Amino acid sequence: MLLRPEDPARLAEMVAGALADGTPLELVGGGTKRGLGRPMQAAATLDLSGLAGIQLYEPAELVMAAGAGTPLAAIEAELAANGQMLAFEPPDYGPLYGGPAGRQTIGGVFATNLAGPRRIKAGAARDHFLGTGAVSGRGEAFKAGGRVVKNVTGYDLCKLLAGSHGTLAVLHSVTFKVLPAPEKARTVLVFGLDPATAAAAMAAALGSPHEVASAAHLPPGIAARSAVDFVRGAGAAVTAVRVEGPGPSVAVRCTALRELLGAHGAVEELHSSRSARFWAEVRDVAGLLPDPATALWRLSVAPMDGHRVAAEVGRALPAELLFDWAGGLVWLAVPAEGDAGAAIVRGAVAGVGGHATLVRAPEALRAAVPPFQPQAPGVAALSARVKAGFDPRGILNPGRMAPDL
Amino acid sequence: MLMPEPDRATIARRDEIVAALRVIVPDGVIDRAEGMRVYESDGLTAYRQLPLVVVLPGTTQQVADVLRWCGRNGVKVVPRGAGTSLSGGALPLADGVLLGMARFNRVLEIDADNRCAVVQPGVTNLGISQAVAHLGFYYAPDPSSQIACTIGGNVAENSGGVHCLKYGLTTNNVLGVEMVTIDGEVVRLGGRHLDSAGYDLLGIVVGSEGLLGVVTEVTVRILPKPSTARAVLIGFPTSEAAGDCVAAIIAAGIIPGGMEMMDRLAIHAAEDFVHAGYPRDVEALLIVELDGPAAEVDHLIERVAEIARERGSVTLRVSESEAERLAFWAGRKAAFPAVGRISPDYYCMDGTIPRHRLPLVLSRMREMEAQYGLRVANVFHAGDGNLHPLILYDANRPGELERAEAFGSDILRLCVEVGGVLTGEHGVGVEKRDLMGTMFDENDLAHQQRLKCAFDPDGLLNPGKVFPTLHRCAELGRLHVSGGKLPFPDLPRF
Repeated sequence: MLLRPEDPARLAEMVAGALADGTPLELVGGGTKRGLGRPMQAAATLDLSGLAGIQLYEPAELVMAAGAGTPLAAIEAELAANGQMLAFEPPDYGPLYGGPAGRQTIGGVFATNLAGPRRIKAGAARDHFLGTGAVSGRGEAFKAGGRVVKNVTGYDLCKLLAGSHGTLAVLHSVTFKVLPAPEKARTVLVFGLDPATAAAAMAAALGSPHEVASAAHLPPGIAARSAVDFVRGAGAAVTAVRVEGPGPSVAVRCTALRELLGAHGAVEELHSSRSARFWAEVRDVAGLLPDPATALWRLSVAPMDGHRVAAEVGRALPAELLFDWAGGLVWLAVPAEGDAGAAIVRGAVAGVGGHATLVRAPEALRAAVPPFQPQAPGVAALSARVKAGFDPRGILNPGRMAPDL
Repeated sequence: MLMPEPDRATIARRDEIVAALRVIVPDGVIDRAEGMRVYESDGLTAYRQLPLVVVLPGTTQQVADVLRWCGRNGVKVVPRGAGTSLSGGALPLADGVLLGMARFNRVLEIDADNRCAVVQPGVTNLGISQAVAHLGFYYAPDPSSQIACTIGGNVAENSGGVHCLKYGLTTNNVLGVEMVTIDGEVVRLGGRHLDSAGYDLLGIVVGSEGLLGVVTEVTVRILPKPSTARAVLIGFPTSEAAGDCVAAIIAAGIIPGGMEMMDRLAIHAAEDFVHAGYPRDVEALLIVELDGPAAEVDHLIERVAEIARERGSVTLRVSESEAERLAFWAGRKAAFPAVGRISPDYYCMDGTIPRHRLPLVLSRMREMEAQYGLRVANVFHAGDGNLHPLILYDANRPGELERAEAFGSDILRLCVEVGGVLTGEHGVGVEKRDLMGTMFDENDLAHQQRLKCAFDPDGLLNPGKVFPTLHRCAELGRLHVSGGKLPFPDLPRF
């Protein structure tokens, strides 16, 4: 069954109806990330694409509000027309799951709390989520937060809802912080580093006062797949550091970073459109790890632990890998067999602290291996009680994050 | 402001409670009135209450044992850092244990390569920046009480500061915590990595005002110190012109490190106090600070000056030295004590508004000044719309405190009315508790309280703060299901 509300009141009625009948709902915006999480059996699909449209945009106040079903592409186009952006750089995982690009909605972006390469400087979706109107699994409409960038009134429910994958409430409108787009962006490339040296180089860059916005490392085989000529043709591993800001500032900082990183290897510079293309492919991943038959892991660890975890996994499994967030975000493509390396990957992460998400794998595998990192018992118990408070009958995306969430 | 009626049965068990706490923390229980006196209020000094007893644990195990004992025995607990809260977040309860975290005062680890520091919650905000300064780093959020306030209190209140437009509040700069729940369970949320594997419980613990648990360790993000900072001091003939200038700076794509506004009364009070060289014949003064690489700062400071001139500034000075930059700030940073010199008491408010509503809010405040017969000095984090009206009053004059409070409530209602919020960085505490209904309806508040129920079902942690009514968790958990059958049975199926 398909439910497609066109306004928040209708949405609340539909959720209340599902609650009364105990009908589990699968929440869908653009449907680009349905492969993320545990497989679910939902009797009905709640299609949120009808709750669309920009409701408020005040560039000088750095704020926008939109219906949750608004296509991200429409929002980004409107922001770009005003020289602004979503600073957390939401990735587009459509192609990663074999779908088209450019289909995701703003609600899906906040519900999954994803962020791109600028995460290390600007934060994730959660850090820009100012307010929301939603309907919980109790069938009750509520609002949280506000429309101003500075607000500590009551619990920060937006943080809870960001990354809850639609298991607590259905978002119908979202209010978020927007920021000026940088005037200029350039990327300094260093060639031929191994992952450990790259981690040290990226730490040096981020520890400098040159305001690095992003740092990534592509081993040789991955760099060879880049759509950017200087990267593809390097014939070596590529470590990349992005600098953004007013023109004169970017020029000076790039020079300083070339000097700082030049000690590690040969350097090159990417200017505006090449730089943008490079970070878009690091953000969206699918172009760099293109084999759709592999299982994909996304690991979040401390930046200096990334290469260690990757090396440990690499000794036990045939894995292709790529590092973002100065080494703290590790993407691993492994054969989609057995447990997709879960025991090895999660064992390695447990040794250093962090979490590993099985972002892509066949459905049967995602039913057998928890896609989201299992939580420590105390945290799991708290999370289950939060779920029970917001969605006591488990009708919203039931089991998507964990059997009881 | 009324606090919940103290439970006589708990007060009657005081000796037993003191004895039980002494077993857990032998050298850290204060039960004599003169010893407890220093804990009777926080930064909201109009409210005072001696706690039942004070306990000062020194280890996570002791915190866990204290909370477990209190949880099992139905005894309320009020956590406290340095007690600088301006909203009464650490106001004790007559029937509650005051849990002071002052002994947790060590920096545990500085991890420069991962750009984070692990500290105990009793370390001061400034103490973190000082501990990492030799490596060229600092901790960005800088509430004005930073020499005294603790990071544990900052986590509880989600504290901000002058630099949060560019660098975010506490919530954007904390990577992880160790926290003890009321049943004595020690949980770790976050760590040195980014983002949460499951629900972002860290995100709700930050800013939860001591109602969800007691934080015993904090991992914060540290940033490389900007190589340069310069400030512009700009005077305007009207607050509208100053507000326009702020909007134009942001519209030009510039996010300054700090952007502060003061009104005439605040300017004069500050100038009389610290002689910062502020112009006296302007209605509004802006301090705009740019920080970052020197090339960027020099470039942007010119653009800001240009924008200010276009918007009708009547005085404009750019800092040419570090000493001059600090002098520009000296007046602003001393604004609260400066106002303290011209009035026996002042009451500091903390609403946030959409910035373009500033002229309306200021003119309505002028009307209220006449109505209440009290003056207001305004300092304003102009970049993010966070107002700090200081209401001048004299507590020794009968009725003036009540008038000041009523005036303050009217200001906050006005903030909400124009699309803003009750508190930008000070927290709800007891101060704004009864105004929560102006911003949130019953459903909104019930959903917030369900979160409380997940952590503290018996409501023992810091009760009487944040929420105007204490609903029982059983009542909040009840489902009201009506009807049955999904609506629109005729909708297409697949």
